[in-house]
Amino acid sequence: MVKFNRFTLDNGLRVIVHEDNTTPMAVLNILYDVGARDENPEQTGFAHLFEHLMFGGSVNIPSYDEPLQRVGGENNAFTSNDITNYYITLPSVNIETAFWLESDRMLSLAFSKKSLEVQRNVVIEEFKQRYLNQPYGDVWLKLRPMVYKKHPYQWATIGKEIKHIEDAKIEDVKAFFKKHYNPQNAIMVVGGDIKTEAVKELAEKWFGPIPAGEKYHRNLPQEPEQHEERRETVTAKVPLNDVYIAFQMGDRLDESYYVAELLSDILSRGNSSRLYRGLVKEKQIFSEVHAYMTGSLDTGMFVFEGKPLENISIETAEAAIWDELEKIKTIDIPVDELTKVQNKTESTMIFSEMSLLDKAMNLAQFELLGDADLLNRETEKYLEVTSAKIKALANKLFRKDNSSTLIYLAEKAV
Amino acid sequence: MTINRKQAPESKGVDNINLLRPAHQKLENGCNIFCFNSGDQELVRIEWIFANQRFNTEKPLLNVAVNTMLTEGTGKLTAAQIADKVDFYGAFLQVDYGYDHSHVTLFSLNKHLQHTLPVIKDILTDSIFPENELETYIRNQQQKLQVSLQKNDILARRAFNRALYGDTLYGLAADTDMYKTLHRNDMLVHFKQMYQPSNCTIIIAGKIEPEILDLISNTFDKDWANSDQKSDATQPEIKPAAEHFYFTEKPDALQSAIRMGLPVINRTHPDFPALQVLNTVLGGYFGSRLMANIREDKGYTYGIGSGISSLKHAGAMFIATEVGADVCKAAVTEIEKEISLLKSELIPEDELSLVRNYMMGSLLGSLENVFSHADKFKNLYFAGLDYDYYDRYVDAVKTVTAIRLKELANEYLNFDKFYKVIVGKY
Repeated sequence: MVKFNRFTLDNGLRVIVHEDNTTPMAVLNILYDVGARDENPEQTGFAHLFEHLMFGGSVNIPSYDEPLQRVGGENNAFTSNDITNYYITLPSVNIETAFWLESDRMLSLAFSKKSLEVQRNVVIEEFKQRYLNQPYGDVWLKLRPMVYKKHPYQWATIGKEIKHIEDAKIEDVKAFFKKHYNPQNAIMVVGGDIKTEAVKELAEKWFGPIPAGEKYHRNLPQEPEQHEERRETVTAKVPLNDVYIAFQMGDRLDESYYVAELLSDILSRGNSSRLYRGLVKEKQIFSEVHAYMTGSLDTGMFVFEGKPLENISIETAEAAIWDELEKIKTIDIPVDELTKVQNKTESTMIFSEMSLLDKAMNLAQFELLGDADLLNRETEKYLEVTSAKIKALANKLFRKDNSSTLIYLAEKAV
Repeated sequence: MTINRKQAPESKGVDNINLLRPAHQKLENGCNIFCFNSGDQELVRIEWIFANQRFNTEKPLLNVAVNTMLTEGTGKLTAAQIADKVDFYGAFLQVDYGYDHSHVTLFSLNKHLQHTLPVIKDILTDSIFPENELETYIRNQQQKLQVSLQKNDILARRAFNRALYGDTLYGLAADTDMYKTLHRNDMLVHFKQMYQPSNCTIIIAGKIEPEILDLISNTFDKDWANSDQKSDATQPEIKPAAEHFYFTEKPDALQSAIRMGLPVINRTHPDFPALQVLNTVLGGYFGSRLMANIREDKGYTYGIGSGISSLKHAGAMFIATEVGADVCKAAVTEIEKEISLLKSELIPEDELSLVRNYMMGSLLGSLENVFSHADKFKNLYFAGLDYDYYDRYVDAVKTVTAIRLKELANEYLNFDKFYKVIVGKY
């Protein structure tokens, strides 16, 4: 159980406070309701590039990192297809420094040309390091456009191509800030060794004067249901073949979400899972095989990924995955197996309460979904999932005409 | 209310760090148990930690293979049954191989401990490394290794460790053929030598009610006897390579991995805390000189950092990064420049005070929960140090002078003695 208090400033900033006096630290987490899905198709990678620019100085404070490090704090951020999240951890006695820094960059950035120039290069190196200079690194750049034909999830957060990042102009940066970075589009969580009353005062003092800005009304093209089998094969200088099969699935608020989680746990969580036991250990088809879901706010992906052993053909490997899917579609899941994944979910929830930062991020994300208290009702939702619901969902999702298969072939004699 | 946004709010330094100290008991079979009892959640993390056995060049993978395969079957339980039991009770069982020690770690809710502990007991007393599981392990490891060997940063780390540490556990760079040296009989002998109470330290962290502790000490005392095989955790002498430069060309590389550094002192040496301050200035945090210059000013890389690794029989300082292939030489030049600057000029007081505060905040922040307190203890205990180490650490962070740091840079960071590894283009 993660307890919290909640209030909203006049400018629309939502604030959540989680008091935890077991630590001398505090966390300030700000989630901005903007991600790669909100980008212009001709300027992809922008939300993430922008995240880098948020560290390039704000209107009144030339350096973001330096004063924070000076008071013993650390920070980081990440961008996903849905959100951009910034967090600070620091000794709680210095919490006001976090308010000062975060409120100034919500007020306005410095928009320095030098910072844009350097961060463009840094992000291009990130593109190379994570997506191009790694075996299989570009797989998401290829798989996303297969699964999504209309929705902006068709590009990864890093962007479609390096050129989009190279072309970013300071005017684009300013317009993006104005559109997305204001109190109405943000959720702040303050957690740790702090009191709600003190947070209220600090929030009013530092964030209260920031103009509300314009509310961004999201109107994205939604992905139509898929009704044809999609398939691509690529050859690359990688040591092993790799098979990806992605299925479209419901959005995060769809009631099937929790069913899908347990479905993926049964298939792939831990050494007792079906894919590991059946396909790695017993049939010896793969050296590794996994199933997971993207957890996207809009139409998501349920993905299978496996590297077949060298003596196994791609056809055999694919067929073996489909065999497991047929099993879960037709045979009832034993009670013990369902209890197992429910138990695992329960203990995961309890263990996650050991981390202040995790709690703060979770509260922010559930508030974005509509109510931070959903965090505390998660376990209950998992317990409501039945074997019949899992079987029904498996039948709904795991259809050939809802699949996108990407075969990654090793180029021999490199 | 008007506020001055140009003015930083008042701040305070971190004065003292309160570290939880463990309760200790020694079981009759020689096993030491340390308990950290704290926290609200009804759960525990239990670690069984064993000193690795002496490195054998003929059978280099024994330590890691025996550790990794502990979950693959016992006289009573198959690998599948072990996995079923652990997962059914919502527990997490990990085996982790480190340079000096091998770990078995159980995360469990207290209410399920009576079911999960017997599985661990079985694993630690009766692992049998079934032949078919060994074949699967070898085949899958060989496949995974092929992927790893395509990654420039991994190749650079392997070459670096090989150069610094030679034929030892630290320098080991497995190739696919090496897996052919693994045989079940050797593993059984190794298991008997290594996984016995006299070579084991148990560290428990979480909410430990007396009955929980009883359950654990009963399970791992009376019926757990030492074997007739003697544990040998001594290690061969480390002989660093004569060659100091290693370049592996990758004609298609978009980025080059750079790893460079040299042997230095480890945690047991009185200079170590101050050397950590020096390392932090150089490359130990986001605002470090390497990051400020090579990422934030030049944009050559997504990230660069330096670190000091403290092992039982060695210590090393290293710098690691992946940079655009076309700027690799320029990056190496800048790294060299930053190191010579530390040797020729005093660190400005303003920068030093920032680093002091940052390190104190970071130490405080690293004590997130009871698990982190146990982790701090492990750093001390396995280096043969006491809690006064952290007093000395805090003292060094707060008081080491710029003059002393310059002396340390000259004493420990001799660029001519650096080992340099480049994988990619140069």
